[in-house]
Amino acid sequence: MGYPHKSHERESPVLSQYFGDPEARTLAGWRARGGYEALQKALAMDPQEIQTIVKDSGLRGRGGAGFPTGLKWSFMKPDGKTHYLACNADESEPGTFKDREIMRWTPHGLVEGVALAAYAIYAETAYIYIRGEFTEPIMRMEAAVQEAYAAGILGANALGSGKRIDIHIHRGAGAYICGEETALMNSLEGRRGNPRIKPPFPAVAGLFGKPTTINNVETLAAAPYIVKHGAEWYKQFGRADNPKSVGTKLFSVCGNISRPGNYEVALGFPFKDFLHDLCGGALPGRSIKAVIPGGSSVPILTLEESESALMDYEGFAAVGTLLGSGGVIVFDDKQDMVKQIARLTRFYAHESCAQCSQCREGTAWTTRIMERISAGYGTSEDFDTLLSIAENMSGKTICVLSDSCATPVVSGLKKFRGEFEAKIQISRNKVAMPGLPTPPGAPSRASAA
Amino acid sequence: MVNLTIEGRPASVPEGLSILEAAKTVGVLVPHYCYHPGLPVAGVCRMCLVEVEKVPKLAPACATSVLEGQVVHVHSPKALEARKGVLEFLLINHPLDCPICDQAGECELQDYTFAEGRADSRLREPKRFTPTEDFGGDVLYVTNRCILCTRCVRFMSEVAHDPVLNVSERGDRAFIGKAEGEDLTNPWAGNVVDLCPVGALLSKDFLNKARAWELDRAPSICTGCSQGCNVVLETRDDVLVRLKPRSNPSVNHYYACDVGRMSYRTFNRRDRLQQPQIRSGRGLQNVDWEEALAAAAKAFAGRRVVVVVSPNLSNEALFLLERIAARTGGAGVFRVSQGPEVPLPGVPDLALREERAANATAARMLGFTEIGALNGVLRDGDALLVVDDALVNADASDLSRASAIVLVGTAMPDILAERAAVVLPMANTAEEEGTLTNLRGRVQRFMQAKAAPGVARPSWYVLGDLLQAMGGTEQYYLPSDVFAAMVHTHPAFAGLNYHALGLMGALAPDAMATVTAGGVN
Amino acid sequence: MSHGPSASGGALQATPAHTHHDVPHVPVFVGERLTELHTIMSRYPSKMAALLPALWIVQDVRGWVSEGGMKEVAGLLALTQAYVKGVVSFYTMYHQHPVGKHFIQVCTTTPCNVCGAEDVVHAFLQQTGCGELGQTSADGRYTVIEVECLGACGFATPIMINNAFVESVTPEGVSRVLAELD
Repeated sequence: MGYPHKSHERESPVLSQYFGDPEARTLAGWRARGGYEALQKALAMDPQEIQTIVKDSGLRGRGGAGFPTGLKWSFMKPDGKTHYLACNADESEPGTFKDREIMRWTPHGLVEGVALAAYAIYAETAYIYIRGEFTEPIMRMEAAVQEAYAAGILGANALGSGKRIDIHIHRGAGAYICGEETALMNSLEGRRGNPRIKPPFPAVAGLFGKPTTINNVETLAAAPYIVKHGAEWYKQFGRADNPKSVGTKLFSVCGNISRPGNYEVALGFPFKDFLHDLCGGALPGRSIKAVIPGGSSVPILTLEESESALMDYEGFAAVGTLLGSGGVIVFDDKQDMVKQIARLTRFYAHESCAQCSQCREGTAWTTRIMERISAGYGTSEDFDTLLSIAENMSGKTICVLSDSCATPVVSGLKKFRGEFEAKIQISRNKVAMPGLPTPPGAPSRASAA
Repeated sequence: MVNLTIEGRPASVPEGLSILEAAKTVGVLVPHYCYHPGLPVAGVCRMCLVEVEKVPKLAPACATSVLEGQVVHVHSPKALEARKGVLEFLLINHPLDCPICDQAGECELQDYTFAEGRADSRLREPKRFTPTEDFGGDVLYVTNRCILCTRCVRFMSEVAHDPVLNVSERGDRAFIGKAEGEDLTNPWAGNVVDLCPVGALLSKDFLNKARAWELDRAPSICTGCSQGCNVVLETRDDVLVRLKPRSNPSVNHYYACDVGRMSYRTFNRRDRLQQPQIRSGRGLQNVDWEEALAAAAKAFAGRRVVVVVSPNLSNEALFLLERIAARTGGAGVFRVSQGPEVPLPGVPDLALREERAANATAARMLGFTEIGALNGVLRDGDALLVVDDALVNADASDLSRASAIVLVGTAMPDILAERAAVVLPMANTAEEEGTLTNLRGRVQRFMQAKAAPGVARPSWYVLGDLLQAMGGTEQYYLPSDVFAAMVHTHPAFAGLNYHALGLMGALAPDAMATVTAGGVN
Repeated sequence: MSHGPSASGGALQATPAHTHHDVPHVPVFVGERLTELHTIMSRYPSKMAALLPALWIVQDVRGWVSEGGMKEVAGLLALTQAYVKGVVSFYTMYHQHPVGKHFIQVCTTTPCNVCGAEDVVHAFLQQTGCGELGQTSADGRYTVIEVECLGACGFATPIMINNAFVESVTPEGVSRVLAELD
């Protein structure tokens, strides 16, 4: 639902149907709403059966990568080794705030999904890694886990199945990079949150060297519904002509929009209707200029481009961007795109873990150039430098934070060139700053004296 | 075996090998920083990116295993562009310190930038500055120059098992840090200076002493203890300025300890014996070699010769001394100082050994006896031949029974200043060529690194002449001649050939070796 | 605004007891807290994995993570101090120096930035008497910093005060937020 707004009739509230409903947070309330029936059903099935249903359902990872979930689970075989499930609740992608709502309004829904998934991948222990800033979600999740243990849903004999399922909450401490699955594992192990080189892949050697599956909160929250209602039910959400993207997705909408919040729609929903109808369009007296549809790491769209897009993996790819995490950031005509892109690169520079040369130095260098341009001290050669740096930062590092920093710069320069050029015009009228090169055409310090 | 093509050259390598190591086997160097064969793979510097046909992204050669049929291009335009990019990024904050940086001339950042980097800088922002830090031990950390390859962190953690270095902070604020009260006083910590590809970690001892291109180098063996680490002695204008490890998989892998590193200083001492001397009424007088050798032989004539030797003497010198003792019915003894053993846990069978001398093993193999104190060694009338032992803690009563004392050595022991009858000056380990035997019975060659002072001669040369002066018939022209004689005479060294020892050495057949897992080859 | 205890790592108090000097360091992990640490350690197959939770306890109890605190944790988990320091310095939420009684963190990343987050920052700086970002006010009550995306973008501008999360703060609402603090 368009929480905190009322549900729009064109939404498909599955995960979000209880957002804003305080009763749904308790065990009793969750059970009254049909909770834990899916888990009960699952525990009576063979894990392979569950893996097959999820595979058939077409569920794809909702954290941003869109990897088919059932396929990911199928990498975990009954090999007698200790397996782990990690739930990625590190939600830090700018523009994204859906997992927070799932955890604070339907914590038992996530507990159920985590327990179900753990069982399906032959794991007895699951960790829910929640970013350190999410105080309320942490509190709600801990309360829910405690209730679940007290009621025998978790523990040595989950729901009387004879199977052990343990869930532990692990609090992060402020690092966007820990949302990268291998960095999350390192952080859980008590290390710096550095992404790992692959191979080895987590399903072979992950947490504590054991086979591990990492899934996003939204992905895991969807699993019980799929097991309960079946794969065919899930596939009914989506475009008839695109079976690769099915189910519902929570889109977090923020920025310069009338009704910011989380909206749950079937994949393939037309973006134009979404922005103007469901979300209320631009604020009064303003017009939308740019939209980032999938969290800050995906290419920026102009309004025209976004209005022609369909909201699924292939639909966004077709207009040159990505669905990503589904964090929709809206920029209106009052925004300075150069300044905001500079602010984004500053975010990435702050979050770089420092392992890869390109990212460590490139994010910081890009930011300094962008801020210099934004402050009006840029030159046109800076554009070429920025694009060259972006090229050198893409496809060459352990993780994609480096690529993510380059993306807004490249798409920004491409689609908002005019705003960048205008900044150069400003610099031409300025006297050179000490220590920086004279902007072209500007009077030199000597002559200005 | 896996067959693949690297830069057009066919390679056939064991499964599981990385592309970078496979490239080495066909003589192709893939530029890299964070990779080191002695350390776990990190894959962070991104310098080793190569193009693999049919693979969309460039592959980090250190972290990618070979696959059958792979076609790898190290110098394709894409790979070169990517590496050029990495070099540019590394030089963003790296200061242009070359004129004042010790690493110049042996700096991998310089080398690869010359080979593959940009000719100009596109940086228009001020560079950051961070101050230098003392890491304890012999190590200085110039934060500003660090490229965060993390070799030092991984070495201390995974090889030295002493994780006192960390990466602190994040992003371009990151640096190598340590904690108050924990530092690099670990005897193996000096290796991080060698491992550092740039001038971020420097030896305080070597600071500003010499330029890398001014150095002459000679392969040698460390004499600090009985491990026998393979080293390189580096000299500038015939003065030793540095000792660095050289790689030997069977002995020390890539490492040397700080005790060994600093041992080069002993070879530079100035109070050297430089001329042959004979004592007369007016004290020790300089004479020529023939006179001195004749005087020594005369002092030994008809007497038992007891030889007190340094356990750092070469196999060749010890063999000749054993011959001297044998032909006079005498004896040979040695003392060896001890210190605490400090293993390098991440390498099998590598430690700073308790026995702080390089050749006590050979001394034992050749029949010398280890003693604690000198008293009681001499019988009345014995002649004493002291060979490079400083006679520490000896007193007059220990020597009073000697009919005459002949000194062959590098410096004058205090107690012999007024007592030595004949002095024969000798070269030290850095000034001659020969072999040494480590605690596992590995016989290894060392080469000459600098000239001996005055007219001092190699130890085997002096002793060979002395033996001849005493009536021996063998003539030795080269250390290999002496070695061959030793092999012929002593079964403990049977089958060894001086010219086949190479730079890795060979095990003596009678090696008192303990074969450890993956250790002795 | 403040939320209750967390079993995952220390009490999430809104206003922890502050110690501005930590020499000599009084051990944190005694009595109940030591028991709590052991419970936490039992959830993981390695001692090292209890590091982040242990550091949270130190910070929640003392208000910051001092060298003494790091040394104590290192000893309990069989790690070197250098190792612990490397981890502490990686994560932005652990502070290695004391901060004001009310540590105000304002999100200014792009989604909030386009909604006027910088004006919220200025309002806080003005009304708390803090001269600059990161500086504690003279009376020791406030420190204001900018932080990166807090994951509540639709409720611009979200802020944190110590461990408490406050949504939808406007420049006009800053005075009310401050008034509710003790």
